[in-house]
Amino acid sequence: MELLCPAGSMPALKAAIEHGADAVYIGLKDDTNARHFAGLNFDEATLKDAARYVHQHGKKLHVAINTFAHPANFQRWQYAVDSAVQAGADVLILADIAVLAYAAERYPKVELHLSVQASATNAAAIDFYRQFGIKRVVLPRVLSMQQVRALARSCDINLEVFAFGSLCIMAEGRCYLSSYMTGQSPNTAGACSPAAFVEWQDNQGILESRLNGILIDRFAPDETAGYPTLCKGRFKVDDELYHALEEPTSLNTLDLLPQLHAEGICSLKIEGRQRSPAYVAQITKVWRAAIDAVLATPAQFAVKPQWQHTLSGLAEGSQTTLGAYHRKWK
Amino acid sequence: MQFSLGPVQYFWPKPQMMQFYRDAADSNVDIVYLGETVCSKRRELKFDDYFTLAQMLRESGKQVCLSSMVLYEAPSELRELRKYVDNGEFLVEANDVGAISMLQERSLPFVAGAAINCYNQHTLRRLQSMGMTRWVMPVELSASWLDELLAQSIVADIRDCFTTEVLGFGHLPLAWSGRCFTARSENRSKDQCELCCINYPHGRQVKSQDGTDVFVINGIQTQSGYRYNLINQLGNMGTNVDIVRLSPQAEGTFDWLAKFQANINGQAPQPLGSTDSNGYWLNLAGMATG
Repeated sequence: MELLCPAGSMPALKAAIEHGADAVYIGLKDDTNARHFAGLNFDEATLKDAARYVHQHGKKLHVAINTFAHPANFQRWQYAVDSAVQAGADVLILADIAVLAYAAERYPKVELHLSVQASATNAAAIDFYRQFGIKRVVLPRVLSMQQVRALARSCDINLEVFAFGSLCIMAEGRCYLSSYMTGQSPNTAGACSPAAFVEWQDNQGILESRLNGILIDRFAPDETAGYPTLCKGRFKVDDELYHALEEPTSLNTLDLLPQLHAEGICSLKIEGRQRSPAYVAQITKVWRAAIDAVLATPAQFAVKPQWQHTLSGLAEGSQTTLGAYHRKWK
Repeated sequence: MQFSLGPVQYFWPKPQMMQFYRDAADSNVDIVYLGETVCSKRRELKFDDYFTLAQMLRESGKQVCLSSMVLYEAPSELRELRKYVDNGEFLVEANDVGAISMLQERSLPFVAGAAINCYNQHTLRRLQSMGMTRWVMPVELSASWLDELLAQSIVADIRDCFTTEVLGFGHLPLAWSGRCFTARSENRSKDQCELCCINYPHGRQVKSQDGTDVFVINGIQTQSGYRYNLINQLGNMGTNVDIVRLSPQAEGTFDWLAKFQANINGQAPQPLGSTDSNGYWLNLAGMATG
């Protein structure tokens, strides 16, 4: 069971490797990946440095090229694939049918993983993508543990699941909420609720967060104000005000680790390429210890309180959830 | 230009569905899509009911297409999908690549629905080679994106092998989740939903704290708070749009169909309401109006 950690910079990548990641995933400094944020990610030179560093430590580098190519700039996605392969990436994480086909035909020996952005939630969808020679599928965060189990038992393909981090509650790759409000979506621009559209305003002691002018939430002085990700705002349905879609909370599957291990899930992905090196270091350390514990004695695995304490401290709104893995969440 | 009625996105009682499709049969619409596309727990109409309706609509002179779901999670749902694929008579709209996989295996033609991620000419060309005969553009794309895509020689060369369709009216389907938001709005979990969507024939409005209609929740689906309305863009659509789709609303769908048909060349424009939008088509934020 692999621990796959995020890195948006060389320091984060080094932190992940030093604290026990088996593999690190990164993206390029453009809109070819789903974490296209200012000041983040790798250019051609740092991509090579990243590959060198990871390989020196006997670990693997995955490169996410997981947005959908634009009609007039398809070359940018081809170029991203070419650059990643030439830099020595071990794995490409892809979502667009055209990009998958290009990579499969041009570089048949390079390992391809199906990005969560391809939204493959069932056995028939996985079968569809087999024609591109994918070796692994990253499952969307909409499935329950029961559904993950059914897939693990019925599909002879490696499965990777999200273990910790920001929780997308919609089927990834098919969520247009962000472009509806801002014009930019994960699929087309590599960003959800982009920072350029965020405004904070103090209104007589009440802090208001807006996204492209739309009020996402209001916070009283004693409340922690969270980033206005549009699906995590407080809205009104009839006269009731609540988090109509989801609370600001992070996914945490530590409790499910023995089950994920028992089902042969091959990789646990930690979300957060936009996070700091210190965050990556702490998360990686906890998950390394937890995975080692489950691998050593699966039957005796018990979640240590200090792991949960560390993870809760790093979670959005200091809250964590099992998300869709737990049926009652649905 | 032809007009189509998309599948009913909401959960309506059976009598309301039957009446809607009788009205569709009597209307001037060219193409009708039908089938449950949102939630497999909605079973007021079963596959056989849709199939019977499809035959009735065909006999009324409509082109008919069976629409399949967007989010398949359970093996039982795939068995239901198999019935759509194996229906033997009607074209199927695939809204998940799982459906394309099954249709491709049977060498059947298909419509690639708006929830299939086709954003560029290379993907479109691949889908066409797999059997796609009609492409419904993802809702978040614009007229200029469509023009740019279709101008690429790799698809311009095969433009006579497929038709194009654009969703032009109705609340836009924007996201699908593992969670049921309508059940959540009634403090229930999805397993205990008691099929409460049936109480909300328009879905449930979600407003910001200062009163803007942000979303409509419809079971596991989140829709646009504003109604998308491209009626005043029809005259400029040109040959890149073969079919304009109207998504059924609980009221007034056929009045709007008549207004759309009267304005194909822009001769009878309509004022947009304050909760109408056309942003996506104009390359703006989806909820904007240009």
